[in-house]
Amino acid sequence: MSAAAEIIREPRDSILRRISDVLTAHHGFYLFLLLLPPLLWLGVVYLGSLFALLAESFFSIDDFSGVVVRQPTLSTYAQLFQSANFAIIERTVALALAVTILAILAAFPIAYYAARYARGRMKAAFYVAILMPLWSSYLVKVYAWKLLLAKEGAIGWVFDHIGATPVLDAILNLPVIGGPALSTSYIGMVLVFLYLWIPYMVLPVQAALERVPGSLLEASGDLGATPRQTFWKVILPLAAPGVVAGAIFTFSLTLGDYIVPEIVGPSSLILGQVVYVQQGTAGNIPLAAAFSVAPILIMGVLLTIAKRTGAFDAL
Amino acid sequence: MSEASPVAAVSFRGVQRHFGAVRAVDGVDLDIAPGEFFAMLGPSGSGKTTCLRLIAGFEQPTGGEISIFGEAVSGVPPYRRPVNTVFQDYALFPHMNVLANVCYGLAIRGMAKTEREKLGREALALVKLSGMERRRPSELSGGQRQRVALARALVVRPKVLLLDEPLGALDLKLREDMQGELKSLHRNLGLTFVFVTHDQGEALSMADRVAVFNEGRIVQVDAPEEIYERPRTRFVADFVGSSNVIEPATVAQWIGAARPASLRPERVSVLLSGSPISAGSICLSGTVAEVLYHGAMRRIEADTTAGRLVAAVPAGDAPAVAPGAAVSLAFPRSALHLMDAP
Repeated sequence: MSAAAEIIREPRDSILRRISDVLTAHHGFYLFLLLLPPLLWLGVVYLGSLFALLAESFFSIDDFSGVVVRQPTLSTYAQLFQSANFAIIERTVALALAVTILAILAAFPIAYYAARYARGRMKAAFYVAILMPLWSSYLVKVYAWKLLLAKEGAIGWVFDHIGATPVLDAILNLPVIGGPALSTSYIGMVLVFLYLWIPYMVLPVQAALERVPGSLLEASGDLGATPRQTFWKVILPLAAPGVVAGAIFTFSLTLGDYIVPEIVGPSSLILGQVVYVQQGTAGNIPLAAAFSVAPILIMGVLLTIAKRTGAFDAL
Repeated sequence: MSEASPVAAVSFRGVQRHFGAVRAVDGVDLDIAPGEFFAMLGPSGSGKTTCLRLIAGFEQPTGGEISIFGEAVSGVPPYRRPVNTVFQDYALFPHMNVLANVCYGLAIRGMAKTEREKLGREALALVKLSGMERRRPSELSGGQRQRVALARALVVRPKVLLLDEPLGALDLKLREDMQGELKSLHRNLGLTFVFVTHDQGEALSMADRVAVFNEGRIVQVDAPEEIYERPRTRFVADFVGSSNVIEPATVAQWIGAARPASLRPERVSVLLSGSPISAGSICLSGTVAEVLYHGAMRRIEADTTAGRLVAAVPAGDAPAVAPGAAVSLAFPRSALHLMDAP
């Protein structure tokens, strides 16, 4: 006993231990130090540039000289409501909605399987399968899809070989979403978006489902609910925050993207492309800024609606 | 009790539940009478919870047959069984308030809102939670959640109420209150209650009959007094209360039967060496090894020729002894209860 007591000494008083003493005693100061870097980033770099953008959208451009007039005006916003510009916004929102809804439908079963049934190696395989697309270049993936979707591409070839070309033609003949080939139609564009964003839907939905204890599902069945009733009354409401989180990702990523519609899909522009063109070749920074504010407002409206419907109640 | 009624509330016939090589339940035969308060007692992994889940329908037996009020329930999903469960973690729906939780089963059955809320409020009154209807489960204490879970299961009028470690997560005072309340609920409702516990005190104090589980099998089913006073095997004697188990060789010397015997600590009295002993008692001299104070009782452990014996003596009556003291341990021959050989 006494021998052991000799071996175990008080820890030596080093400068680092003294710093720890000060930080432990002054908890507020400790928190301040911890939060300083992220707050600097958020405040200066992130919010700063966002407000610069917002400010820019209240300026206008001189039609003759092409110089930005630094006078506050709403005329640039008024331009958004011109029919050609408003059509772009409508088209983009419709596209983003379609991608989001399809992503929910495609991701839910995957996430459900991963959360409830996959164990051990299967779970690891699931994470790799979901995350692997994120490891490779975005551009390469989009071009790969263009090749798959092209008229002489792999998908057309498969349809040809199983004698289903009429089916493909019928799909391509659909109004609005069809086109000369999959790679130049909205169907193709939606497919590519769906592929790109699906991890952002699967992961939050899976995380939400994982937090639902199995005993809740058993309790629901125990009280007389069929699996279908359990799904609508217990699983879906509890997964809703995850679905909403995923929907925020897929919706806003689609709203802002300008590369996929350049490569796949019809020639009519969507929002991201317009921002790209306006701030680049057209040099109309105020209009580009006003267009950029549109998705922020749209997201704000959607989140408010989501909150009203109680999607965050289970948070 | 089971002979009195023709149809058992729950009956097991050779029921097995194997998970691969693990035999969670390995040949259980059991009859639970209607209206009985039945306890399944055993250490963790003894198969008692699996048996409860087999009744509820969350697990299907890999062999044998289970019937509920005479109807075989193999392959019947949980939502078609006339039983309801109070879960160990209560399993309240976090996105619903207390009333909606309680009314869930009625809503599933398509009952109109006003009618089901009336029944829900009655059920909440039954468990003394009136006024809590609009609270969220997260705003309740453990004891209150337990009551909500109870009301939610009772409101749909099950024929059998299953309780999985119902008091496990409560602190001591609440446990004692809840034990009394469960008892009186059982008396007033006349339902069959089946509850699982690893706490022998809980099983003995609440149940009409107790089944003691070990390694997937039932080792004894009896009334609490029988289980406690006349354990059939060494395992029961050991698990239910802390009995002294006397080895067959020693028992043979004392009363001529070469079988293990159990000896309840409270039947053993501790005397200072040299005190007179009443006739018909067995007396051993020993050395005190440990003295533990338990409030009402004092546990005195002493090393004797028959091994270490534990005596539980009312704290007031116990002689003041310290470890190392020489004492005599005495008990009547009738206190020895012979058990089955292994």
